[in-house]
Amino acid sequence: MTITTYALHLLVILFASIFTENILLARFLGMCSFLSVSRQVKTALGLGIAVVFVMTCTVVLDWLAFQYVLKPFAIEYLRYIIFIIIIAAFVQFIEMVIERYSPVLYQNLGIFLPLITVNCAILGASLFMVIREYNLGEGVVFGLGSGIGWMLAILAMAGIREKLNNTYIPRGLQGPGITLILAGLMALAFIGFTGVLTSK
Amino acid sequence: MISPIVAVVIISSIGGFLAAILVFAERVISNYGEVKININNGEKKSIVRGGASLLETLVAEKLFIPSACGGRGTCGYCKVKVLEGGGSLLPTEEPFLDKTERTQGYRLSCQVKLRQDISIEIPAELLTIHEYACRCERIKDLTYDIKEFALKLIDPKEIKYIPGQYVQVLAPVYEGNPEEVYRAYSISSDPADNTSIELIIRRVSQGICTTYLFDHLKEGQDLKINGPYGKFYLRDTQAPMIFMAGGSGIAPIKCILHHMKNSGIKRKAVFFFGVNTTKDLFLIDEIGQFEKVLHDFKFIPVVAQPEENSTWHGTTGWVTTAVEEFLKKTPDIDKYECYLCGSPGMIDAGVKIFKNYGIPEDRHYYDKFA
Repeated sequence: MTITTYALHLLVILFASIFTENILLARFLGMCSFLSVSRQVKTALGLGIAVVFVMTCTVVLDWLAFQYVLKPFAIEYLRYIIFIIIIAAFVQFIEMVIERYSPVLYQNLGIFLPLITVNCAILGASLFMVIREYNLGEGVVFGLGSGIGWMLAILAMAGIREKLNNTYIPRGLQGPGITLILAGLMALAFIGFTGVLTSK
Repeated sequence: MISPIVAVVIISSIGGFLAAILVFAERVISNYGEVKININNGEKKSIVRGGASLLETLVAEKLFIPSACGGRGTCGYCKVKVLEGGGSLLPTEEPFLDKTERTQGYRLSCQVKLRQDISIEIPAELLTIHEYACRCERIKDLTYDIKEFALKLIDPKEIKYIPGQYVQVLAPVYEGNPEEVYRAYSISSDPADNTSIELIIRRVSQGICTTYLFDHLKEGQDLKINGPYGKFYLRDTQAPMIFMAGGSGIAPIKCILHHMKNSGIKRKAVFFFGVNTTKDLFLIDEIGQFEKVLHDFKFIPVVAQPEENSTWHGTTGWVTTAVEEFLKKTPDIDKYECYLCGSPGMIDAGVKIFKNYGIPEDRHYYDKFA
């Protein structure tokens, strides 16, 4: 594979993971924080950036752990446990670092970190990386793309919900109800992208 | 084949390695050293370890900031005014603070982390809130489901409170109750004695704290309370007053009546006390005595549904109806102050009636915690 085709291949993975295989709207991972933190565009953006950052970094860490620890000892079946503790520890660690050294960044990003320790999209991205047998480069691009895709989805939802504040919504549908319906409609729209690109 | 032992060893070592990194990071990175807290412009100063939230630190300093969610930033009760050193407002606090509060510097103390010297302002009454160890001296049956508990203060030995305020009793862990809880009860005793207090408590079926108090607590045993809390106390005016209470809601009003007697307050007052049946009546003679010693006080017990064979000669019907009758025939009713204590339903009904008869809401006083 020449360098140009490889770059093109990475670009395809990036776009596929953002749009056609959006981790939230096509795979329905990371729903919890998607529903609960999508009330304001500002907070959604903060959480989104935190997800992009953590997802990219943990995919790398999990790839390393998988290739150099789990595979050599043939204990790949333990990847769920290992990945989740790596993610949890990484998030904790990063939170402490940011809090100490960059109050501004902590202000905008750090406070969301505890929320995403248990975001299943993060674990999902690492597990997809294993299933699809990505190399490190592909893994990074996939993690980045999935994060951006998640962020776009939550931003879109937050934008819609801010508009909804000025609209009449039947009482029984207020809050999570209407949000789930919206998520369903957005997912339907994203189905239109299916098969246009694949990240395999 | 690799044995399961290897898998266990590897998982444990990865876990241990990560834990070690975190412990190390916590020691080195999250070590903020000592910081100074200056409360209410020098009224109280303390030096504490930085790194924890302001709420946790204040609670550890024995300052009881109200909080219901345990510091997760979801209840919005733990507001304090941060004058300097609190950093800027976090998005997690925004939903709980309106514009004026933000400009005045209010913050949720559970979200403010102590990283530097800080100066804060908290309501003066919070500084007087303490935890008290006390001994249960006497338990007296008032009715079939209401008891009076007399508590002697051991440490600290004296309590300072405004008549009408309440304390929180700690129900410890007992069989059937896995965790400690606090419940609020008004002080009913004569405030002249500041070394002991009395509480009038109705048994709540399945209630965690009342089950403890009624079934587990014995005379001579120790228990913990904290307080005092609440804005239910006599306002410093000359306005005539209506007291309205149901059942054990009589407690803070009894305390206020003692206080009026002690301080020679000569305001006009009428007290409507509502119960369901004659066997729910209690303390009628004791409260009736105040009619003789107070300047202008009338006590009107009201029984909703007296038993058929009872000898009850007083007012019958709902207490709200009796109050309404009084409001109808009293001139200058809009000058009155209203003090209510009882179930939330009774308070709501009372507030509605008082409003209808022209007593503005800023003169309705109650603590709704039942």
